Amino acid sequence: MESHTELLTGWGATAPTAATVVVPRSAADVDDVMAHPGARGLIARGLGRSYGDAAQNAGGTVLDSRALTDVIDVDVERSTARVGAGVSLDALMRFVLPLGFFVPVTPGTRLVTVGGALAADVHGKSHHVDGSFANHVEQFTLHTPKGIVSVTPTSDADLFWGTAGAMGLTGVVTDMVLRLLPVETSLLRTENVRFPDLDSVMAQMVADDEHFRYSAAWLDCLARGASLGRAVLSRGDHARLDDLPVKVRADPLRFDPKARLAAPPWAPNGLLNHVTVWAFNEFWYRVTPSLHREFESISSFFHPLDGVRGWNRLYGNRGFLQYQYVVPDDAHAAVRRSIEMLSDARAASFLAVLKRFGPGNPGPLSFPAPGWTLALDIPATVPGLAQLLDDLDELVVDAGGRVYLAKDSRLRPELLPAMYPELARFAELRARVDPAGVLQSDLRRRLGLP
Amino acid sequence: MQDSLGAVQSVLVLGAASDIAHATLRALVARRTRTIVLAARDPESLAPLADELRARGAETVETVAFDALDVESHAAFVDEVFERVGDIDVALFAFGVLGDQQQAERESDAAVDIARVNYLGPLSVGVPVAQRMRAQGHGTIVVLSSVAGERARRSNFVYGSSKAGLDAFFQGLGDSLVGSGVKVMIVRPGFVHTKMTDGMEAALFPTTAVAVAQAIVRGLERGSETVWVPSTLRYVMSALRHVPRPVFRKLPI
Repeated sequence: MESHTELLTGWGATAPTAATVVVPRSAADVDDVMAHPGARGLIARGLGRSYGDAAQNAGGTVLDSRALTDVIDVDVERSTARVGAGVSLDALMRFVLPLGFFVPVTPGTRLVTVGGALAADVHGKSHHVDGSFANHVEQFTLHTPKGIVSVTPTSDADLFWGTAGAMGLTGVVTDMVLRLLPVETSLLRTENVRFPDLDSVMAQMVADDEHFRYSAAWLDCLARGASLGRAVLSRGDHARLDDLPVKVRADPLRFDPKARLAAPPWAPNGLLNHVTVWAFNEFWYRVTPSLHREFESISSFFHPLDGVRGWNRLYGNRGFLQYQYVVPDDAHAAVRRSIEMLSDARAASFLAVLKRFGPGNPGPLSFPAPGWTLALDIPATVPGLAQLLDDLDELVVDAGGRVYLAKDSRLRPELLPAMYPELARFAELRARVDPAGVLQSDLRRRLGLP
Repeated sequence: MQDSLGAVQSVLVLGAASDIAHATLRALVARRTRTIVLAARDPESLAPLADELRARGAETVETVAFDALDVESHAAFVDEVFERVGDIDVALFAFGVLGDQQQAERESDAAVDIARVNYLGPLSVGVPVAQRMRAQGHGTIVVLSSVAGERARRSNFVYGSSKAGLDAFFQGLGDSLVGSGVKVMIVRPGFVHTKMTDGMEAALFPTTAVAVAQAIVRGLERGSETVWVPSTLRYVMSALRHVPRPVFRKLPI
């Protein structure tokens, strides 16, 4: 099997560590790796889109799952697909859209593998209606240090839900069966509405999010005073064939997105600072009319940044951090306070997204829980950032919330049990499937995960 | 593990009794550091420091004996430390002696002792630490060099030459570790007010142990390879480097 030593980071390009990367081409190859893991264990890695250190294993083995792409088997009758763990959502969409299906959940990028989507239990703009990724998985094949298991929610509920959001620490998934979403077209009927402040946009989401399959608000974290939290709320659903103007009905399921731009190979630190981001925010807020309805493509509605290849490089050589929390529905004050803290710190966040989650699932490490989630990205060079994020953690814990492990790269480990109260249940599962601690990652070492 | 903002969780300090080591440990524990190995010639003298660090939030603090002169013991010493506590995120090399320049100019034993502590010691312990860190795939070696190593001065060239050797060795070691996940950060302070310099007349741009500690923490945050304290010395020394020798040796520095 092909293997080499490589310096790896997450998408945030911070904290590089070196590992031996092996590239299995089949489930049998995965077993070979699992049988000889080496002293520092192994972890699976897909397209490297988790922001922190979840898919790194310093000094150990990293199993590159991108070649596990040989199964895409669609059952049109049942609206399901059997998919290799290394298949990306991008590839899956290109395959199933012409057949009249969409992926059940998509995060803000299509460039993730389905294995990674399950490991992070990703969510998208539809969480309030559809839940997270694992809710749409019927079955998966899991290679653990104790053997290969076919897992469904009924065959072994602890292992099924314990794998959702566990960032690869229950084993290596090689394939899975997903429930697909039938669609008539590849376009979305969307509406963008501008709100002058935080309270008004939150009130609107509470009032009628349920009427839209997709909903998320872009927030201006640099606005202050009366404009604090001004936002553009973007909502929509898949367009039906009769919704479309006659002239575009000819090829309604067309899906052929291309990356139009590539980020330059190098960018200075501080290019994205509070001045440039302020200018962008101001522009974005101003160009959105108070109400704007249109048809949008999948890539422009869900994945605008996929159009710029390697956009993470724009943050310079010190990289950037994503920070995402969820707090319960009644924690309005905590949301407001967090935005005040960010605004006061002039922590320029190019992307700040506010969304209201629906119910969570039983996964002990699955991130989504009912309430408000805010996602930010912040250059690592912002002065005082470590303290600011530590303070936000305290706010989130006090409000009964948590941060997202797929994005974390700096949480104080002591806070983990308060954020994930079912950690003990996860520890029992780990003791059962991996008693020798073969599955290992930098995230697990840093946070002291069971 | 070192996190995305440069905070570290486990630290090995060689020469832990020094003022700079003390100030650096305080700054690191204030962030995320919870596992600490303190090493010095007389480990019993480290008990108060260990207690202080525990009181500030460190979970595991161990004190161990380390003799910079006993180069034969260094490889086994490093193995034992890594076996005992596991991964080390940062190894801080804070040991060194100023020595007696006048004596060292006359007696070779005195000169050799300075070179052994300041150059041979860091080299013999640096090699196994680098090997261990290479195996764990991450880590940073922080070495206290000195501006004195940048250009030998008449007044302290024995010390200066030992730091010059150390500095050159660790620059090269850092280059050899590129791609391994391990980094080397060389810290070049000017005159620091500490126990070691007590009673000496301060040179230009004097600094303090706390300022050196802050510079180390900031360097870890930025992933720096070279840190000057104070930072102006980078430019002062780069000018001094080009002063012709007949002039340089007459400068009152």
